[in-house]
Amino acid sequence: MGSSSSSRNKIPNAQELMHQTGFSSAHLLRLHDRFESLDRDNRGYLSPDDFEVLGGLAMNPIGGRIIEAFFSSGQDTVDFSSFVRILAHFRPTDRNRNKEGTQQELPSSRTRKLKFAFQLYDLDRDGKISREELLQVLRAMLGLQVTEEQLQSIAERAIQEADLDKDDAISFDEFKKSLEKMDIDTKMSVSFLK
Amino acid sequence: MELFFNPFDNLVCILLGISFTVWFTLLLVFIIVPAIFGVSFGIRRLYMKTLLKVFEWATLRIERGAKEKNHLLYKPYSNAIIAKEPTSLEEEIKEIRRSGSNKDLDSATEFELSDIFYFARRGVESIMDDEVTKRFTAEELKSWNLLTRSNYNFHYISLRLTVLWGLGLLIRYGFLLPLRVTLAFTGVGLLVFLTSVVGLLPNGRMKNFLSEKVHLMCYRICVRALTAIITYHDSENKPKNGGICVANHTSPIDVIILASDGCYAMVGQIHGGLMGVIQRSMVKACPHIWFERSEVKDRHLVAKRLSDHVEDKSKLPILIFPEGTCINNTSVMMFKKGSFEIGATVYPVAIKYDPRFGDAFWNSSKFGMVNYLLRMMSSWAIVCSVWYLPPMSREEGEDAVQFANRVKAAIARQGGLVDLLCKPAAIGANGRSARSS
Repeated sequence: MGSSSSSRNKIPNAQELMHQTGFSSAHLLRLHDRFESLDRDNRGYLSPDDFEVLGGLAMNPIGGRIIEAFFSSGQDTVDFSSFVRILAHFRPTDRNRNKEGTQQELPSSRTRKLKFAFQLYDLDRDGKISREELLQVLRAMLGLQVTEEQLQSIAERAIQEADLDKDDAISFDEFKKSLEKMDIDTKMSVSFLK
Repeated sequence: MELFFNPFDNLVCILLGISFTVWFTLLLVFIIVPAIFGVSFGIRRLYMKTLLKVFEWATLRIERGAKEKNHLLYKPYSNAIIAKEPTSLEEEIKEIRRSGSNKDLDSATEFELSDIFYFARRGVESIMDDEVTKRFTAEELKSWNLLTRSNYNFHYISLRLTVLWGLGLLIRYGFLLPLRVTLAFTGVGLLVFLTSVVGLLPNGRMKNFLSEKVHLMCYRICVRALTAIITYHDSENKPKNGGICVANHTSPIDVIILASDGCYAMVGQIHGGLMGVIQRSMVKACPHIWFERSEVKDRHLVAKRLSDHVEDKSKLPILIFPEGTCINNTSVMMFKKGSFEIGATVYPVAIKYDPRFGDAFWNSSKFGMVNYLLRMMSSWAIVCSVWYLPPMSREEGEDAVQFANRVKAAIARQGGLVDLLCKPAAIGANGRSARSS
């Protein structure tokens, strides 16, 4: 575990990362410690099996998809900056920052959170959640308690409710619209300790 | 000159002779005879109570001393990053699924689009902060048991404490260790010898009866060799013939602990050397299941032999530790599913060691077997509790992995151990792309 006197100099582009993600330097340091403890062989990057040993993730119905979110650009490894950028989606939405007129939109903004969630559904990254993709997620989450017919009807219903242009798939805008009343922030934010 | 030495020599010889005799008599009366009959004088429990009092005193002194000098006493385990929810993911999933099947289809639709947020968040939480990294180190103690190996922050606090520690060292290495080693040799030697003798008898009730007695006796001697103080709970659920006994695995001693209370058929690979000798003689007295190294790879062969054994109701219950490696006693890792495919009744057993007296955890990458045994024998005592859980069978529509997880959860709950799943079990499609296995 990193000693408390480790300086920010250990982290490359610390300032830039803080700016882009909104993490404080203390949080960034702790995440770096965490990154190092996950990186058991000290290679400076993580690969999928470093995530797979995490029990909480293995039990999670969408654990595999979350892992893939880290490796979405087709690479097999993720370095610290990318690691932090993905995790930044789960910071609580900073309402104040937008008022300062910052140009860059933080990953923790509402739209970015929704986009992240959308990509958890949209496996083939074609910009639409097809019926099959929806079914896959439902199967994973609702599991064995629900029969295949029930799953089909749940999926059918969901698509009918959200699909506005009737192309039998849910695009990102339709996704956003169907969740516009929902408080995404609480549901999709991790409470960081000060 | 010669005359001067002789009486002295004689005296020494006589003294040695007397002390050996006394030693062995005490050994026999207080340890071996009770082991044979399965009774106990209660000496070990008295010993345990005394030790506890001493430890309490030692801990108080350390804490007082640390406060005076403003030392940081307990190494902070990890810097917690996030505040996590108290309920485990498994409980929440069960909750969601339960309410999903009860409500009608209309309200069930409410689940999916927003649910993903919840699971995504929980997933990311476990990426940021979780229990796993703690799993493979020995549990850290809040009280000090006068063994420097379990307190990493031991500084010089006071003369009295150091003296006590030194005294403890002397007692442990000078008195307890030789005593235990003698006992261990006696136990193992008797086991090998007597089982070979029993093996000469023709098969029948007499043989089974004797073999049971012999096994129990020798294991009890070994238990005393480790000064293991074991409390058995719920003995009415003890495994019966034709069943499989499944337990969590913390150390190689687990076998001795379970086998001293009941007779089991062991399963394992044949080793060379002393272990091999023991294994070969044990199998003469009653049918254990030993595999050659080459056979272990063949899963079907293993499964066949196990099911053959289980079907024969006259044979003893099989003892299996489904976990692959030794786990630090706070978690119950993934159970390998092979043992659960056979379809016999499973009798789960939870073993929990009390870490206050000696850490039974074997970190096989750090210490070899002999080293480990020496550490065990030079600890104060090994205190553990064994719970016999009610038998479980595989239900309709449940596959081996789910059954295994159910058993594992029951064991973890009983022992107060943390249930960890470390491989994606039958949770269903994780939506992994073709790239992953």
